Amino acid sequence: MTMTTHTSAPPQTGMAALLKGTVLNSRAAGPVLLGLYLCFQMLPIYWLVRMSLMQPGDIMSSSSFLPKAPSFDNYKTIFTDPAWYMSYVNSLSYVILNVIITLSVALPAAYAFSRYKFIGDKHVFFWLFTNRMAPPAVFLLPFFQLYSAVGLFDTPLAVALAHCLFNVPLAVWILEGFMSGVPREIDETAYLDGYSFPRFFLTVFLPLVRAGIGVTAFFCFMFSWVELLLAKTLTSVEAKPIVVAMTRTVSASGLDWGLLAAAGVLTILPGAAVIYFVRNYIAKGFALGRV
Amino acid sequence: MHKTQDNRAWFLILPVVLLVAFSAVIPLMTVVNYSVQDIFGPGQRYLIGLEWFRETLRDPEVHRAFLRQIAFSGIVLAIEIPLGVLVALALPRAGWKSSLAIVVLALPLLIPFNVVGTIWQLYARPEIGFFGRVINDLGIGFNYTADPVSAWVTIVAMDVWHWTPLVALLAFAGLRSIPDAYYQAARIDGASRVAIFRYIELPKMRSVLTIAVLLRFMDSFMIYAEPFVVTGGGPGSSTTFLSIRLVNMAVGQFDLGPAAAFSLIYFLVILLVSYVFYTILQRISAQ
Repeated sequence: MTMTTHTSAPPQTGMAALLKGTVLNSRAAGPVLLGLYLCFQMLPIYWLVRMSLMQPGDIMSSSSFLPKAPSFDNYKTIFTDPAWYMSYVNSLSYVILNVIITLSVALPAAYAFSRYKFIGDKHVFFWLFTNRMAPPAVFLLPFFQLYSAVGLFDTPLAVALAHCLFNVPLAVWILEGFMSGVPREIDETAYLDGYSFPRFFLTVFLPLVRAGIGVTAFFCFMFSWVELLLAKTLTSVEAKPIVVAMTRTVSASGLDWGLLAAAGVLTILPGAAVIYFVRNYIAKGFALGRV
Repeated sequence: MHKTQDNRAWFLILPVVLLVAFSAVIPLMTVVNYSVQDIFGPGQRYLIGLEWFRETLRDPEVHRAFLRQIAFSGIVLAIEIPLGVLVALALPRAGWKSSLAIVVLALPLLIPFNVVGTIWQLYARPEIGFFGRVINDLGIGFNYTADPVSAWVTIVAMDVWHWTPLVALLAFAGLRSIPDAYYQAARIDGASRVAIFRYIELPKMRSVLTIAVLLRFMDSFMIYAEPFVVTGGGPGSSTTFLSIRLVNMAVGQFDLGPAAAFSLIYFLVILLVSYVFYTILQRISAQ
């Protein structure tokens, strides 16, 4: 095995001392391979950043690793054209709406699943989860009809509600994992002290699972931010999100790779900004609160 | 954890049930409705029973898309799961290096699906992309817009790039939950690195790896935006996966009946396979 990660050395006696050379080599191999792998992870993103700093003519002619004649012109175009920058605002507004709606319905539900047995609990839990498995393509047409019928088509609220399809089950699942880690004695003590359920839930319990809430909000943000198909189907002009603005620019004005790359870089930034704050919990969150 | 029996808990899950009923059950019923009708226009609908289902199940295009989808999911799972575990084993457990590596790993997961497509569209182009040019410089003809093999290599590489970090982070979460005492005991017993992996780390990662397989199976089976941006399902229909085929039927050709029947079969297949993984997962966490 080359992927040795332990920092404290094993006792070197007998065979171990003989193998010292190879052990040292394998210990160096792990971090080196990991470093290489992380470089491979960054390379495509670097290439996007490189192109976003170049003009169309330079992109086609230059093959150097560093950008040729770098400038922020593509970014300037985006920040001065309302069609571009408003699409970022649209995206952010449905993502934030989605996080608020998802958390407000998922928090009580997750508490119920983590604390109580009730008729049909396992079935409801799995039924919720099946919505995470539904391909968005399946819901394309009915969503279009449903949200047109209730007058929400082309509003951020329509996309926010549609994204609840996969975010609510996920949120319930992650929160249930975190809430099950809080001992029941806390609930019982609070009730003995005369707390009502809403007061206990809001002032005692929620602060205890704030890490879980943060992680859940992050995941809802992320999955709503990255989704394209439903966002594209449920909007046309007024609420057009950035992911859609990008696909339409391509078809409208030929391929301006530089502008497209700059728009792409700007979609990565919000995620990169929030990721730093949840870095210590992100692994646990990906395990749905279950480790 | 011990749970008390209390049916009033239903009041707490009522908001979720209502919301999901609105955003999932009503639309799904609409799909079922379409799937058994022939629709010519407003007011001209005929109930035709299971005809669309029969037609979909016999459609050779659908068969090919289905086989492609299975091949794709199989390939990416076979690469991403072992690679993700290796990356997780190599990650430092704590400190700023660990944080940095996690941030770098998580970055692709936060990029919108179509931007992932755009990144690889640029990165793999033979004339302007780093990936495409390096492969061509090696003397291998590589052009994903003309050659199906190149198209598949690009799509698989993109998916591995995009989702291996998810597997790695999950496996890492499992590894971090192993108490140090286990490793000390193994060291005292003189256990080899392989034995530590086999008897300590792998069992601890079982539930997170099941989650990883479950999530990766579901999501790779529904993949749409990334290959659509890169290849548009081509060249020919060599990268037309199930979701791309479905969107073509529903939006491109507006064949509501067949598209709806296809949707339901598609959903059922994912549901069945996921149910198997879900049951395994429940059994593991019950232990």
